[in-house]
Amino acid sequence: MSNNEVLIPTVGVITDVRRDTPDIKTFRVVTPNGVKPFEHKPGQCAMLSIPGVGEAMFSITSSPTNTEYMEFSIKKCGCVTEWLHSAEVGQQITIRGPYGKPFPVDDEFVGKDLLFVAGGVGLAPLRSVINYCRHYRERYGSIDIVYGSRSKDDLLDYKEIIDEWSNEEGVNVHLTIDNPQEGWDGHVGFVPNYVKELNFSTNKTAVLCGPPIMIKFTLEGLCSLGFDKTQIYTTLELRMKCGVGKCGRCNVGSKYVCKDGPVFRFDELDELPSEY
Amino acid sequence: MRKCSIDNINDVLKALSEKIPLYLPVDRLDGKATYQKYQEGKVWSNALNTERSAKDFFFPQMENLVEFKTQGKNVEVIDIRDEKQDFIIFGVRACDVKSFEILDRVFLSQPVDTFYKSRREHGIIFSLACSKPNETCFCSVFNIDATAPAGDVTLWKTETEVFFKANTEKGEKILSEIDSLTTECGEETVNEQREKTKKILSKLPLSDLDLTNFGVGKTKALFDSPLWKEMSSTCLGCGTCTFVCPTCQCYDIKEFKVGDKVTRFRCWDSCMYSDFTKMAHGNPRLTQAERFRQRFMHKLVYYPDNNDGLFSCVGCGRCLSKCPISMNIVKVIKRVGGKENE
Ligand SMILES: Cc1cc2nc3c(=O)[nH]c(=O)nc-3n(C[C@H](O)[C@H](O)[C@H](O)COP(=O)(O)OP(=O)(O)OC[C@H]3O[C@@H](n4cnc5c(N)ncnc54)[C@H](O)[C@@H]3O)c2cc1C
Ligand code: SF4
Ligand code: SF4
Ligand code: FES
Repeated sequence: MSNNEVLIPTVGVITDVRRDTPDIKTFRVVTPNGVKPFEHKPGQCAMLSIPGVGEAMFSITSSPTNTEYMEFSIKKCGCVTEWLHSAEVGQQITIRGPYGKPFPVDDEFVGKDLLFVAGGVGLAPLRSVINYCRHYRERYGSIDIVYGSRSKDDLLDYKEIIDEWSNEEGVNVHLTIDNPQEGWDGHVGFVPNYVKELNFSTNKTAVLCGPPIMIKFTLEGLCSLGFDKTQIYTTLELRMKCGVGKCGRCNVGSKYVCKDGPVFRFDELDELPSEY
Repeated sequence: MRKCSIDNINDVLKALSEKIPLYLPVDRLDGKATYQKYQEGKVWSNALNTERSAKDFFFPQMENLVEFKTQGKNVEVIDIRDEKQDFIIFGVRACDVKSFEILDRVFLSQPVDTFYKSRREHGIIFSLACSKPNETCFCSVFNIDATAPAGDVTLWKTETEVFFKANTEKGEKILSEIDSLTTECGEETVNEQREKTKKILSKLPLSDLDLTNFGVGKTKALFDSPLWKEMSSTCLGCGTCTFVCPTCQCYDIKEFKVGDKVTRFRCWDSCMYSDFTKMAHGNPRLTQAERFRQRFMHKLVYYPDNNDGLFSCVGCGRCLSKCPISMNIVKVIKRVGGKENE
C-alpha cells in the first residue's frame, strides 16, 4: 500500500544542529536520500516526532527557496523538544507535512512595503517569509524587520541577521533587547514600544509573531499609528495532534488553526471568538 | 421489497454471516444491547438501540496507525495498514446511520483519512426502521426519517415478519444471495407501520425542539452567553457524553513502546477533558465552562458552519440517559436557544 495517509510520517535525518540561544537550537533535516523532505510555502509547518517520545508541530523556518534542506528552530520546553535538544547529527526522526495556510506571499504581499515584527522564537516562522521575500526581492517594496528578545544571547539567527539581512539594500533591521547588556550598543526596550518609536508609515503590510503579550501591545501600537487590521497578519499556536482538521483539537470557533491557519489576518481574527 | 417470517430470521442471519462477518445488537446479561459478531445462538435484540453507538465500526475507540523500529540513531517506519474485509452491520437505527454521514464529512474530506475510508468501503449497512421510539429520541428535529433509514438495505420489523429493501447496488447484491430465504412482497404492511410510527414521532416530548437560534453564523450571538457557565457548573468533565455520542470525532494520538518497537495509535479523546488543549505556554480553555461550551458550540454552530448547515447531533438521546448529572444537549438547546423552546 502506498503511503498516501497523512498520519503516517516518513523518515528524516538531522544533518546539522546549531545552538542559537541558551534554549533554542536550529535543526537541519533531509530525507535518508539527502534531499528536502517536501515542498512548502512560507508560514507552513511540519509535524516532527521521535518515536517513543512524541510528536509536535513546528514552523518550517527555512525558506521554500532553499532547495537542499529544511530547518526548524526549536525551543526547549517539554518532552519532544528536550529530546531533540539532546539529539546529535545523524539522528533519524520522523516528519510529516506541510500543514496550514501560508502567508499570502504570492498575492497580498506582492508590491507592498513589508514590516516584520518578531519576539523570541517567534522569528522562526518569519524567517521563512523574510528569506522568501529577499529571494524574490523585486516583487516587494521595502522590508523592515523589528526583532527583540530578552538579551543579546536570546536572539535567534543572529549571524544571518547581521551578515546577510542587515547588509541588504532595502532591508532595514531594527534589533532590541529587554535590558541593557555589556557589549550591546543597539536599542534597549520592549518590542511594542520600539515599533511605536520607529513610527512606521501606515502603507505597510505588517506581520507579527511572538509571545501573546507582545502581539497584543504591538497590534495596539500599530493601530494607534493608523494601521488597519486588514494590513496586519499573525500566526496562532494551539495544541495540535493530527494537523489536518480532523482530531478536533485546535479550533477557534469554526476555524481549525492547523488547516485554516496558522496564518490569520487580524480582521479575520475579530470574526472569531477570542479563545486562543 | 422482500420479507421473511420472524421465525426464520436466524436462517437469514446464518446465511449472511456465512458469506460475510455480521454484527448485530445482542442483549448482554445486564440487559443492555451491544453489537456482537453473529454466531449460532446469538439472538437479535429487541432493544430500541445499542448502548454504544455504531461509530466504533468505522472509527474504533482505539486503533493502531503505524509502527516504528528504532535502533541507535536509525528509525524505520512500518506501514501496518492491512486490506480490510467486508462486514455487515445489521439493525442500525436511523440516527446512527445519519451519524456516518456526519463522520464522513470529517474523515473523507481532503486529506482523506485512509483508516476510516477503508473500513467505510467494506461496511455493508442493514438499517432498521423504528416503530417504538423512546421519549428521549429527537431525530426528527434533525430531519431524520426514523421510519425509512438509509443504508445499503433497510429493514422493517413487525411482530411476525422482517421486511428487506435494497437501496444500493451493494444491498441488491447481498439480498439476491439470500433470495431463497425471503419472498417478494408488497409495501402495504411497511407503509402502515411507517404511518403509525410517524404519528408517535410527532408526539414525542422532544419533537418540537427549536433550532432556529443555532446553526451557521451563530457564534457571535451565543459564544458569550452567561448560560455556559451556569449550565456547566455541575459538569464533572467525565467525557461520557462524548464517548457515547455517535458523532463525536475528536481523537488523540499516542504511542507505546516494547523493546525497540514503538506503536503509534489513536484513541477517542474528549473536548470535555481539562488537558485536551493544554499547551506549553497555557491552556485556552481553562475552565469546564469553556470546554462545555466547546462541545455544544461545535455540534450546533461550528460544525454546521463548515458543513452546509448540517448539525452534528442526530438526536439519538444517548447523552440524555448517560450523563451522571443529567446535563445534555436538549437542555442546552432549550436554554441557550431561547424562548422558542419554552
Ligand atoms: C502551528 C505551530 C507552530 C509551532 N512552531 C514552533 C516552532 O517553530 N518552534 C518551537 O520551538 N515550537 C513551535 N511550536 C510549539 C511546539 O509544537 C510544541 O508545542 C512545544 O515546542 C512543546 O513541545 P514539547 O512536546 O517539547 O512539550 P510538551 O512535552 O508537550 O510539554 C509542554 C509543557 O506542557 C507541560 N506538560 C506536558 N505534558 C504534560 C502532562 N501530561 N501533564 C501536565 N503537564 C504537561 C509541561 O510542563 C511542559 O512545559 C509550534 C506549535 C504550533 C501549533
Ligand atoms: S449529542 Fe447526544 S443526542 Fe446528539 S448525537 Fe450525541 S449522544 Fe446523541
Ligand atoms: S455533560 Fe455530563 S456526561 Fe458530559 S462531561 Fe459533563 S458530566 Fe460528563
Ligand atoms: S490538529 Fe487536529 S484538528 Fe487541528
